[in-house]
Amino acid sequence: MPPVLDIRDLEIRFATPDGVVEAANKVSLTVEPGETLGIVGESGSGKSQVFMAVMGLLASNGRATGSVKFQGEEILGRQGNDLNQIRGARMSMIFQDPMTSLNPYLTIEHQLTEVLETHRGMSAKEARRAAVAMLERVHIPEADKRISLYPFEFSGGMRQRAMIAMALLCQPELLIADEPTTALDVTVQAQILALMGELKQAGKTSFVVITHDLGVIAGLCDRVLVMYAGRVVESGPVRDIFKSPQHPYTAGLLASMPRLDETDATRLTAIPGQPPNLQRLPPGCAFSDRCPRVFEPCRSIRPPLEPFAPGRMKACHLPHL
Amino acid sequence: MPSAAPLSTAPLLSVQDLKVHFRIGGGFLARRPPSILRAVDGVSFDLRPGETLGLVGESGCGKTTLGRAVLRLLPNVDGRVVWLGDDLAKLDPEAMRQKRREMQIVFQDPLAALDPRMTVGEIIGEPLATFRADLPKAEGKRMVQAMMARVGLLPQQINRYPHEFSGGQCQRIGIARAMINNPKLVVCDEPVSALDVSIQAQIVNLLMDLQQEFGMSMIFISHNLSVVRHISHRIMVLYLGRVAELASRDQLYRNPRHPYTQALISAVPIPDPDLERQKQRIVLTGDLPSPLNPPSGCAFRTRCPKATEICARVKPDLLPIESGHQVACHHWDE
Repeated sequence: MPPVLDIRDLEIRFATPDGVVEAANKVSLTVEPGETLGIVGESGSGKSQVFMAVMGLLASNGRATGSVKFQGEEILGRQGNDLNQIRGARMSMIFQDPMTSLNPYLTIEHQLTEVLETHRGMSAKEARRAAVAMLERVHIPEADKRISLYPFEFSGGMRQRAMIAMALLCQPELLIADEPTTALDVTVQAQILALMGELKQAGKTSFVVITHDLGVIAGLCDRVLVMYAGRVVESGPVRDIFKSPQHPYTAGLLASMPRLDETDATRLTAIPGQPPNLQRLPPGCAFSDRCPRVFEPCRSIRPPLEPFAPGRMKACHLPHL
Repeated sequence: MPSAAPLSTAPLLSVQDLKVHFRIGGGFLARRPPSILRAVDGVSFDLRPGETLGLVGESGCGKTTLGRAVLRLLPNVDGRVVWLGDDLAKLDPEAMRQKRREMQIVFQDPLAALDPRMTVGEIIGEPLATFRADLPKAEGKRMVQAMMARVGLLPQQINRYPHEFSGGQCQRIGIARAMINNPKLVVCDEPVSALDVSIQAQIVNLLMDLQQEFGMSMIFISHNLSVVRHISHRIMVLYLGRVAELASRDQLYRNPRHPYTQALISAVPIPDPDLERQKQRIVLTGDLPSPLNPPSGCAFRTRCPKATEICARVKPDLLPIESGHQVACHHWDE
């Protein structure tokens, strides 16, 4: 079976009045059937833009080049109906803030049934029945009544469930979740993570989870990709990444998080400095200015992303961390 | 871990039965009478010099309102706030103004909290101009630059504007402004929530270092239980405007007694794939009830796995169960 998603050498550029912003450089990744891939990175790392490009949702000043294959079919550059045969039906996306991604003027019912009528050609009645069933599956109580409400009448957690229900209506092969729990309270986050765990167990869907929360990644993902300044800097199976990170940035991220299970550490090990400006990247490694292990070649030669162990890649000049 | 707070000294701040109620609706032409939103409903606590109190809870639980009420930044505050023996409500405006020098606040959104048309030097120096107008200009500038260096900014950036700085640096500017008059209390309202993970740790370390050096007390408001655990000596858990549990950090995290605290702690994802997947998680059903129409009795009973008949009838009092550990739950020992 071909991978569900196969991205090769994706480059994303935004034209701005201050010059070109290189949001993603030579990003390559695959998502296998049934797999959950986690994408970690800070704001400006390009993690969201890669998948906005996959979905054909880049801002109008953005341009993506390279290759994006969905189940073997090239989809980069497709537009309109051509793209909509896949988007929303076989591949869908949920966003961080459900309030701004649902249409406030339309009822939940309208927004859910529209998907089924468009992609599956269902009648209004059939679509309503399927939509209620899906809301029940994501544990919305009294779904039959609540479906006729407007988004503002839902709580934050219910809105995110409704978004997930909408994304799952056509049983997509790939669901991309961009910071699905960041806007939610921790108790509601636990509910949504439990729901995503259930969906993952069902095994029909592959997931991409984009987040800055390493705890979410640890619980949900099979494989992890770490991005920094528009490039992939490390990738590997989730256990390997957490137990023995091999890029100083990954190690720094893990060390800088206060943890509930921490034994009495006095200070957090912060990563010094600021994330780099994408318009003024250093010639060598983009992390070199903040790296505790920086040495001579880092400033001048950009380290390529290379495999160093089965299933693992890193972009770092150090032989070992 | 924060350095040990002095135990025996008199409290800096003593808050007794604090209530903040907002009237909602009920305008001149309204058909219905106004409803009362009890954002903070009878909260009491002491804060010692050099101590950090963490305030945690979900959005809408009243933690931000409580922080602002303590600083008297809100009208309609009921109850007593005693500052070093003085009841703040009884002070005349000038005396209150003088007290403000000793109490400062750091906000969540660092860029929004800074005036975009003031230079960094003007922003950080403003509390000096307000409270120490007789200070010579050169001396003020020297103090601003020293504080900039202390919080990790370059003193030569004194004439730059906030938009020229990143989020983490803007938060450093906000902290420098709060610290310039050597306050006794700093309320930090979600100071790291808007920042990237790698920057959060820098700001948390900075606040802890400043506390060690200057000895101020902090009220640290956050929904991030891992950060609160790291920085606080004591922690207060709020639910719909009332205290669910108040304890030292070790008591609270090792032996949480309120079912809400237990659920909150178990809900935090741990960045370790093995631990995270084995963990027994208490998943609460439902959402926070509307604060306009809270459940009878214990407000948490609608989501509580231990709720029984008594919880609907009787509002549980906040009672001590051991030294320094208070819980408001009918079933804390089950």
